[in-house]
Amino acid sequence: MSVSGGNSRALPWALVTPALAWTLLFFVLPFIAMGLSSLTAHEGGRFTLANYSQFFTDASYWRAMVNSLEVTTIVTVISILLAYPFAWILAEMVPERWQRLALMLAVLPFWTSYVVRSYSWLLVLAQNGVINRALTGIGLTAEPLQLANTRLATVTGFVHFFVMLLTLTIFANLKQLSPSYRKAAADLGAGPVRTFLHVVLPLTLPGIMVGAFLTFVLCIGDYITPQILGGNNELVMPQLVMMQIGRRGDFPLASALSIILMAVVTIAYLACARWLKIERA
Amino acid sequence: MRAVVRIAAWLYAIAVYGFIFLPVVVLVLFSLQATSFPIPPFTGPSPRWYQAVLSDARLTSALVNSLLVAVLSSLASVTLGFLSAWGFARFVLPGSALLRGLITLPLTVSYLVIGMGLLVLFNWAGMPKSLLAAGIGHVVINLPLCFAIIYSQMGDHQINIERAARDLGAAEWKVLLMITVPVMAPAIFAGFFLSMTFSWDEFVISFLLTRFETTLPVEIWNLLRSGLNPKTNAVGSLVFAVSIVLVVFFELTLLRRKPA
Repeated sequence: MSVSGGNSRALPWALVTPALAWTLLFFVLPFIAMGLSSLTAHEGGRFTLANYSQFFTDASYWRAMVNSLEVTTIVTVISILLAYPFAWILAEMVPERWQRLALMLAVLPFWTSYVVRSYSWLLVLAQNGVINRALTGIGLTAEPLQLANTRLATVTGFVHFFVMLLTLTIFANLKQLSPSYRKAAADLGAGPVRTFLHVVLPLTLPGIMVGAFLTFVLCIGDYITPQILGGNNELVMPQLVMMQIGRRGDFPLASALSIILMAVVTIAYLACARWLKIERA
Repeated sequence: MRAVVRIAAWLYAIAVYGFIFLPVVVLVLFSLQATSFPIPPFTGPSPRWYQAVLSDARLTSALVNSLLVAVLSSLASVTLGFLSAWGFARFVLPGSALLRGLITLPLTVSYLVIGMGLLVLFNWAGMPKSLLAAGIGHVVINLPLCFAIIYSQMGDHQINIERAARDLGAAEWKVLLMITVPVMAPAIFAGFFLSMTFSWDEFVISFLLTRFETTLPVEIWNLLRSGLNPKTNAVGSLVFAVSIVLVVFFELTLLRRKPA
């Protein structure tokens, strides 16, 4: 080979350096900049811890974090409870040759634009929207119900998205399960309910946890759904962050709040990772 | 008893399908309405709002911007992702696991935080808000994805084909272009396609990093300020149609490639 020894050692670095440089320059460096910014005062730029202490002392900021955690927990639990039986029906009751189509249909709206999907729910839930027109039309309620701009609307929009996501992951999980486990359970005399509770459910639990973690991370960091459907009545953390930038141009405070939000996600990850490890052992 | 459970299960499945499709059906149905509000009762099909969208210069230029950002940022992501995946899969590098971890790290951080970080950095560096800034952000979120997909698909049998080519005297760049890229084409294509859809749909980074020239999701967001508006329905339905075409195309090409 005409390539010299030095050249062949340089090649692998030439391949990986662009991606590493990009990550350092546009991911690690911004993160450091954000960290430094969070430690400076909005006016004057002196070093200060005020942006962090503000979060821990101001009740309305705490409230946003509590709202975020509550909404995220409710969404995660409801989405799993809805998606698991649905994925099970798709995997077990739909004939094999129709499964691909059934699954593709079940997640089709997943591919619509995220902003548009939240707006679509607004059409359904608005004062003069489909649900209220239907309710007043059949005489169930005299006055239209306040459905939009509530926590219920935020949760509905989120659940809609995450039911599709979790159906995908749980379906894949159920299909990976070898049928011999269930046969063995049946041979040993377990009925369908016991087989499910003691064999299928424990074996799909790690997959559920991965889906739950994904739901948690995406849900707690999302600004669009709470802003469009929840409105400004009850703020969650991402809305609080965007408010600092949009209304006041307060980058340091927005940075501090983003870092606090990230810390919470990291704690959730550590908790989840440990739990997963115990499950697998 | 068995029959009851079966019927209940089917009813449940139909109910979930109904829940999943309800907002999409409402969106598309009332985009075809001629009245000024996308609300019941439905008064018959009309192309009025689609014409309004297509003659709206802001929306059409945002659409072009979105496509441009999606294609260019996906090309950059898949190129950087492929080269680094190849480097890490074929050569033993010191600290390889750590460096691979670094490349995939952005996957664990929310878009809002990534956008915030870039906003603070660009603000300090004096770089103005632009489509380029948003594109850089899209590469940050899609590069780890492309890397992970392509790296996970680089198996031993591909190494053997490459080795054969090298033994037959092919230069390194020839191996790369004539062996590795064609063999890895499905993974490269999957990475590119996923990057395209994520970039096409991405809102918060574009919202933070662009100002006058912006992408379609941000322009749709601006439309939302006017409340319920059939024009938003129409543009939303069009975006949905584009996504469906992409997904079906992806399904068909993947299905065709599988037996090979």
